[in-house]
Amino acid sequence: MKNRVKRQLAPYLLVLPGGVWLLIFFAVPMITMLSLSLQEGDIVNGYRFTGHWQTYVDAISAYQTQIVRSLIYGAITTIILIALAFPVAYWIAFHGGKRKSTYLFLLLLPFFVSFVLRTISWRQILTDEGPVVSPLKSIGLVGDSFHILGTPAAVIGGLVYNFLPFMVLPIYVALERIDPRVVEASRDLYADPITTFRKVIFPLALPGVFAGVLMTFVPASSDYVNSEVLGSSGTTMIGQVIQAQYLVNSDYPTASALSFVLMAVLLIGVFTYARMLGTEDVMKVAAR
Amino acid sequence: MSAPNFSDPSLLRGLTQRRFGRRDALKLSGLAATGAALAACGVQGKGASNSASAAPDAIAQFWNGKAKNGKLSFAGWPLYMDPKQPELKQFTAKTGIKVNYQEVIQEMGPWFAKVQPQLSAGQSIGYDLMVITNSFQFTQFRDSGFLAPLDLAKLPNYTKNAGDAYKKEAFDPGNQYSIPWASGMTGIAYDRSKTKRDITKLSDLWDPAFKGKVGMFSDIQELANFGLLAVGADPAKSTAEDWDKAAAKLKEQKDKDIVRKYYDQSYVDALGSGEVWITQAWSGDIFQKNISDGTDFQFVIPEEGGTIWTDNMTIPITAENPVDALMLMDFFYEVPIAASLASYINYVCPVPAAQAQMRADAGKLTGEDKDAALAVANSKLVFPTAAEYAKLHYYVAFESVSEQQKFQKTFEPIVLG
Repeated sequence: MKNRVKRQLAPYLLVLPGGVWLLIFFAVPMITMLSLSLQEGDIVNGYRFTGHWQTYVDAISAYQTQIVRSLIYGAITTIILIALAFPVAYWIAFHGGKRKSTYLFLLLLPFFVSFVLRTISWRQILTDEGPVVSPLKSIGLVGDSFHILGTPAAVIGGLVYNFLPFMVLPIYVALERIDPRVVEASRDLYADPITTFRKVIFPLALPGVFAGVLMTFVPASSDYVNSEVLGSSGTTMIGQVIQAQYLVNSDYPTASALSFVLMAVLLIGVFTYARMLGTEDVMKVAAR
Repeated sequence: MSAPNFSDPSLLRGLTQRRFGRRDALKLSGLAATGAALAACGVQGKGASNSASAAPDAIAQFWNGKAKNGKLSFAGWPLYMDPKQPELKQFTAKTGIKVNYQEVIQEMGPWFAKVQPQLSAGQSIGYDLMVITNSFQFTQFRDSGFLAPLDLAKLPNYTKNAGDAYKKEAFDPGNQYSIPWASGMTGIAYDRSKTKRDITKLSDLWDPAFKGKVGMFSDIQELANFGLLAVGADPAKSTAEDWDKAAAKLKEQKDKDIVRKYYDQSYVDALGSGEVWITQAWSGDIFQKNISDGTDFQFVIPEEGGTIWTDNMTIPITAENPVDALMLMDFFYEVPIAASLASYINYVCPVPAAQAQMRADAGKLTGEDKDAALAVANSKLVFPTAAEYAKLHYYVAFESVSEQQKFQKTFEPIVLG
């Protein structure tokens, strides 16, 4: 009798730590933020809950450019990342031999330094009178007012640089798992290397790409450091707006409303993407 | 609490009979909890508790039982003191109070947002003295009751040596919460070797020839002031209509990619690295940059006018060492100390007698050092004349919070574009 009770309780007890964790660190902040987004007032006299939906309308109409821009930057970053990361992961997985872990370590080595520091050091390298731009100017390849910093290219470049391992690693793991005999079988059945890649290797690597996209698109779209450090007034991303509304203007309702809008947009984007790729298969493969 | 009385039949019935299902109760309590949680998350304001004036008993109430602790932490701005901190060393030698000076403030908005949560919870922010500008955040600090009322009786040097103009500033009548650290002007700094011509006018900041090489301030009031002056409005008397015009003018500057970036204090480095050629600037910074890095940047008050502001020493209400802080505030009003500070930072000195002291100090030097010291002592940017003041404008004065919010909403999308 006692044992049965225990057995029935066990799953709940096992879920308890995780559940409490979620409740405290996810649900509570979410509810606080939702509440904040519906409040009115100012920082001196306090904000009071009034169910003021208008904040959402105002925030979206004032900052839709930045939301769209962030999604575009995030998407471009993700596409460049797939193009860069796939060959790297492929090479390490199939041709890395005994040194696989060394290559992976080398890939991760720069990331032992804080990413803010690394981004700032890019600023030093790319600055208008720095080692990259100055020679270009002095040989007359570019005009006097040419600059790299402060352009969308600099911001996207920074994002790609900072998120590269988060794309390489999942793709690598997916490729690593492919049974070499499957590839051999495809060859035995007279598939040329391109067909083998297209019909066998790439589909099997898709769960990795999917995970990589999740791990890069969402944080890249909401990033604010790269645009802050490498960008200019024309590259402001939504993360910067939210940060400024919270930490410069103390306009908590607008900041919270924008956070929710961003979260909703990203969730819809990710779900649509998952649907298109047929998540169930992907999740099944990923869970293996 | 006493035990419930079960003899009451209606209560007994209530306890034993099933009124509604467990599920219903859960649903209801869930709903109620969510509703209550949403409403309970309100951010408490601190307004009105201490808004208009500090009554004499407020001063006594704050200072009663407070004693010298032999240490204090000072929150300042970059380029606002000689990095060798000679004045603070003298202070420590004289009083035995150790000063931990940190250049933690770069812009008013972020500073207020950063310390507001601790101050409204009544917690220490880790600083006993902070220098804050007379922008609308000053009003926010004051109206939230975050500033300790000053006991002017304990500030004899201030009473004796401060210039008259600095004793009747509109943002803090009677110096109830603040005394000036330094004043300064917002004008234009530029690199003559890059612009290839002298800069004299505000409209130079809109010159397409400097596309991508113009810096503007991210502080909304500083930015708006220049927009207002550019459309011919006096910031202090400007109306909502002027704000829209100024915002349109600033938006044009941005849309044409003339503005490189909206900067906080980091504009000095941007000018130094060649990222910008011409930028909005604070008067003293450029002189310090030229002295410390051997650069040759220029600073001008544009023909259309510049703005003047005052940075003020204040004591946060939760300060742990307020007595030490008050002593340091007064120490900076000793004439030799004021002279020493002004000769390094090149900002407007609130102590008129410091000019004579600086000239006398310069007389003791020789050669180039003497010329440099005399140039500072006679600088119109450190001791402005009436003619200089006539070119300077004061900040927009807001009559209400909603007016200030409207102003903010007008100019904020430009910086955050």
